[in-house]
Amino acid sequence: MDRRIRVVIGKPGLDGHDRGAKVVSRALRDAGMEVIYTGIRQTPSEIIETALEEDADIIGLSILSGAHIRLCEKVIEIMKEKGLDNVPLFLGGIIPENDIPQLKKIGVTEVFGPGTSLNLISTRVKEIVLGKEV
Amino acid sequence: MAEREDKNLISEKEKWQNSVNKALSKFPERKEKFETTYGEELKRIYTPEDIENLNYSKDLGFPGQYPFTRGVQPTMYRGRFWTMRQYAGFASAEESNKRYKYLLSQGQTGLSVAFDLPTQIGYDSDDDMSDGEVGKVGVAIDSLEDMEILFNEIPLDKVSVSMTINSTASVLLSMLIAVAEKQGVKPEQLRGTIQNDILKEYIARGTYVFPPEPSMKVIVDIFEYGSKNLPKFNLISISGYHIREAGANAAQEVAFTLADGISYVDAAIKAGLDVDVFGNNLSFFFNAHNNFLEEIAKFRAARRLWAKIMKNRFKAKSERAMKLKFHTQTAGSTLTAQQPMNNVVRVALQALSAVMGGTQSLHTNSYDEALGLPTEESATIALRTQQIIAYESGVTNTIDPFAGSYVIEKLTNDIEEQAMNYIEKIDEMGGMVKAIENGYIQKEILNSAYDAQLKIENKEDIIIGVNKFETDHEPPREILKVNPEMELKQKEKLKKLRQNRDNDLVKKNLDSLKNAAKNNENVMPFILECVKSYATLGEITNVLREIYGEFNESVIL
Repeated sequence: MDRRIRVVIGKPGLDGHDRGAKVVSRALRDAGMEVIYTGIRQTPSEIIETALEEDADIIGLSILSGAHIRLCEKVIEIMKEKGLDNVPLFLGGIIPENDIPQLKKIGVTEVFGPGTSLNLISTRVKEIVLGKEV
Repeated sequence: MAEREDKNLISEKEKWQNSVNKALSKFPERKEKFETTYGEELKRIYTPEDIENLNYSKDLGFPGQYPFTRGVQPTMYRGRFWTMRQYAGFASAEESNKRYKYLLSQGQTGLSVAFDLPTQIGYDSDDDMSDGEVGKVGVAIDSLEDMEILFNEIPLDKVSVSMTINSTASVLLSMLIAVAEKQGVKPEQLRGTIQNDILKEYIARGTYVFPPEPSMKVIVDIFEYGSKNLPKFNLISISGYHIREAGANAAQEVAFTLADGISYVDAAIKAGLDVDVFGNNLSFFFNAHNNFLEEIAKFRAARRLWAKIMKNRFKAKSERAMKLKFHTQTAGSTLTAQQPMNNVVRVALQALSAVMGGTQSLHTNSYDEALGLPTEESATIALRTQQIIAYESGVTNTIDPFAGSYVIEKLTNDIEEQAMNYIEKIDEMGGMVKAIENGYIQKEILNSAYDAQLKIENKEDIIIGVNKFETDHEPPREILKVNPEMELKQKEKLKKLRQNRDNDLVKKNLDSLKNAAKNNENVMPFILECVKSYATLGEITNVLREIYGEFNESVIL
């Protein structure tokens, strides 16, 4: 890759707790990536719009409200519509382990639960982008 | 005598220092530097030297007396325990009502209502924006009808109700007043609290609707209406809790919370309200975090500093108006998804610090909250934790037991001083609204949050089960899930409501509200009329959105 990895971090839904989204954004930036954080309460279309404009290599979502399955479905649907199927999607927040198989089935590449280290997140994000695991 | 003792202390300390040096040469300490969360070096030991300027009657005094360092009531928990007020609410009004009755039957002494995000942001359950969020993090309330179900058979003249509601507090408070009226309970009998603290929403929690200026106007409307009609009700709970959850350290938590408090008092005084009257209807909300000693000191420092601010800055004369009364919640962000039963112990220690710090009301988190909403079993253990502290530990039998501890008094002084420095800096910027608008507060909090996370990554700070004593794979636990059908049912109910109510009356009331908002009148009586005619939360908020506009944050990284 001849340019820095570009990550769009989005916070879909109505929840405003964005400490995780911000701290992860900063860590990815410190790990040498370019990070665009959309801010809170973005609709799935708004996040995908940003990803398109910014030519994102990967999209990360932060969801804590329990609405993750519904919101990921919507985001992935719009990604398909907009031809972004090849862009990997990762998810962080309060995600019960039991939901992970279903999330992966609908197309989420990686899920980071509470307590995941920043180092692990940035390592995995790089691996996914460079290896293009979708 | 005192002088001789001092000399003795100095020479004894020198001797001890020698033995320390010897010990260090053989066994270095666990860390090179021990620090408070607010970045000050914690000394190896504290002695009378560290608090030699402490004047007992001026700086501590007695419980129930200025500056209230030792508590706001003269007898504290010897008379009555704090209110055990578990934050609860999920799915529908019916299900939440069941949970409240259960918790009350288990000895909980007050209610604390968790609303879902659409309710907090002023969307009806059938709004597009609500898709997937209905009933998830709290109960869905669309109209007075839901509120009637929520408090069905709960006597509002006996049980005090706290509601975590901010941008739409005026609507939910109106619904509470209307339900009480139907139960035959007069507004002046109502006891409880609405959070109603919008400034921290822009900083930390994100459930704002309107821009800061109209938001502050509505809050003052509530103060004005409430101090006349709801004398026993706390009309705001100025909340450091979320500021701490967003990553602030202990000193920042005190600083930014009290700075928010200053803004509300300023706004109310400007609107012509009497500080000695509405000052009594203010309450606060703090976090009980991990560092036990620092947290006890934090509560004491906050109480003393607020008393000074009310007396010196706002010239309050009534001692009641100078008292910082507060609710505490244990720190949700410290709970781990790894080895979740360990959270029972974390919560117990955090709750103990709140009790040692003199809280008036307490919520203890459930051990499964890093995974999802509490189950009935985990909620019960959380409540039992408070009851064990209250009835079994003995710490409630004497007041402010840590007073006079060299380290506690020193930390209390330090936190007060650091908080005061921040408040002065915020004053120089032109106040909290300006400091939020220019992103200063958000940046300070994010820096602390990031530093704290790096300390965990580097194992400077240890989190059991996360970066030390990890176990391989743990079996998944039972987690409370909200049935997705609930959202459909709620939408159905709303459709029926719109068909069955007097829609002409609703329209008339919404129009009157619109005019009142346009003409800068107090909106509370108009919202109350809308609510009584079963106008929905979304309809009422939309009217205000039209007049006041919506807030868009500028993102800070």
